[in-house]
Amino acid sequence: MIRFENVSKRYDTGYEALARVDFEVEAGEMLFLTGHSGAGKSTLMKMILLMEQPSHGNVFVDGHHLAHMPKGQLPYFRRNIGVVFQNHQLLFDRTVYDNVALPLQVAGYPHQEIGKRVRAALDKVDLLDKERSNPIMLSGGEQQRVGIARAVVNKPTLLLADEPTGNLDPELSNEIMTLFRQFNEVGTTVMVATHDVELLKRMNKRVLGLVQGKLVHDGVLW
Amino acid sequence: MKPQRPKPERRPNRMGATVNRSERAVREPVRPDPRPVARSQGAVQSKTSWRDKLDAWSAHHSNSAIESLLRLLETPLQSLMTWLVIAIAVALPAALFVMFNNVQQVGQTWQDSSQISVFLKKDVTLNQGQDLRGRWAQRPDVAQATYVSSEQALEEFKRGSGLGELANHLDENPLPAVILIKPKIGGNAPDVLNSLQQALIADPLVADVRLDMLWVKRLHQFITVAERFVMALAGLLALGVLLVIGNTIRMAIENRRDEILVVKLVGATDAYVRRPFLYTGLWYGVGGGIVAAILLAIGFWWLSAPVTQLADLYQSTFRLQGLNFIESLQLILIAGITGLLGAWIAVARHLYLIQPR
Repeated sequence: MIRFENVSKRYDTGYEALARVDFEVEAGEMLFLTGHSGAGKSTLMKMILLMEQPSHGNVFVDGHHLAHMPKGQLPYFRRNIGVVFQNHQLLFDRTVYDNVALPLQVAGYPHQEIGKRVRAALDKVDLLDKERSNPIMLSGGEQQRVGIARAVVNKPTLLLADEPTGNLDPELSNEIMTLFRQFNEVGTTVMVATHDVELLKRMNKRVLGLVQGKLVHDGVLW
Repeated sequence: MKPQRPKPERRPNRMGATVNRSERAVREPVRPDPRPVARSQGAVQSKTSWRDKLDAWSAHHSNSAIESLLRLLETPLQSLMTWLVIAIAVALPAALFVMFNNVQQVGQTWQDSSQISVFLKKDVTLNQGQDLRGRWAQRPDVAQATYVSSEQALEEFKRGSGLGELANHLDENPLPAVILIKPKIGGNAPDVLNSLQQALIADPLVADVRLDMLWVKRLHQFITVAERFVMALAGLLALGVLLVIGNTIRMAIENRRDEILVVKLVGATDAYVRRPFLYTGLWYGVGGGIVAAILLAIGFWWLSAPVTQLADLYQSTFRLQGLNFIESLQLILIAGITGLLGAWIAVARHLYLIQPR
């Protein structure tokens, strides 16, 4: 599903975000990406989404060599990837329903289909009763769940989450991890970036550890 | 050297066991589908048929059109100001064009009546004169030839000039007989008139030929110059409209930056992101065009009464022609296209710069 071959990223400022990173993720896997802030987690995630280009090396996602992807193909590629952000990137000028519906509208789903899928996704994250609310009225955990619903509403084959539990208490972050695990169980490849070591221990999944842009750990955490 | 890959023994598979490379290679082709749900979803996705896609596309068009219009109406004062700016820029050259059309019309009526007066020599008899008229009437470039005897000319002079009393005191009729020649319509162009004039003056019975050629030429030339001037003005003002709309759209794009980032990230195509802004530009243009058409209608209505009075004083049936319905629609269409173009330029420049980071 994801393959990094000798990937480096050096910014114009000379700062090296990633250095010769190699790894491969199978379809249907669930794994974590960890490291201190600035270790390169976000850069790595952004490369998978083609928000960043590597300075060296090759990135393959879902059979695409990203460096060779035509510009017009990018939107269609991104429709297969669900993304959850730490700051959830919700739009506060519209309802929860409309936020979640966005990926489907963009992909041109028919109206009734959108309604069905949005409600299914909101049901999944237990927010069906909030569909008419503005996300600004919701708590942090609820907002994060709206973000997750939006990420999975299009039933992507790959789900990326960048610090999804960043500022949530342990109980809420457990809830969210349970959601991710459920998505993984139905076949979605899930990759979660987090610096929460306790969480990693609890989840007992494959972990990629980054230190100053280098991949120093690959496997289940001790 | 082979590119490094993660060592297989360090990577557990989902069951918790490790999979080495050869095992995987064997397993791959016959692997039972590990994600049945994902598979069936894939099928569902591919079920979005062309028809659905087309429906969604046209739905997004009408949504974008309506939403962008509502957005403009949400800030009515701001939108009205933009519409007025565009309207003035559109109305000014349009008004000038209409004015010249009117002038041209006046010129045409004068040109139609632009007849050539052929003054015959004093000693030409009535018969000779009428013979001549008969011959000229046959010419292909002559529409009509009328013989006016010197007596008739005097009568007309008495009636028309208001100097009848003075004429009564004359001992003899000072006026020569005249043949009035109306050139064919095609003869409006100055050089055709010229050659006709040459032909007429060559006749030995003719004393003089009067044709206000210079006047016709001047009018033609004046209209050509004026039209070019208006063209240049219209071009400049169109550029102004493009800039106004471009700038307005740029601000609209800046205001919706977050939204653009998110929709791009969830896989919106450039066309999808562009669409609402193009409609915004179209509405600015169309709105400006409508306001311009209204301004012009009011302006010409306001002018038409005094112009009619003026024309009456000159015993002319000339009436000021404003824009008719079709022309108003054309004006709105042109303004709309200009708005769309301005939006397109702004969108091409600024949307590209907004990429998810």
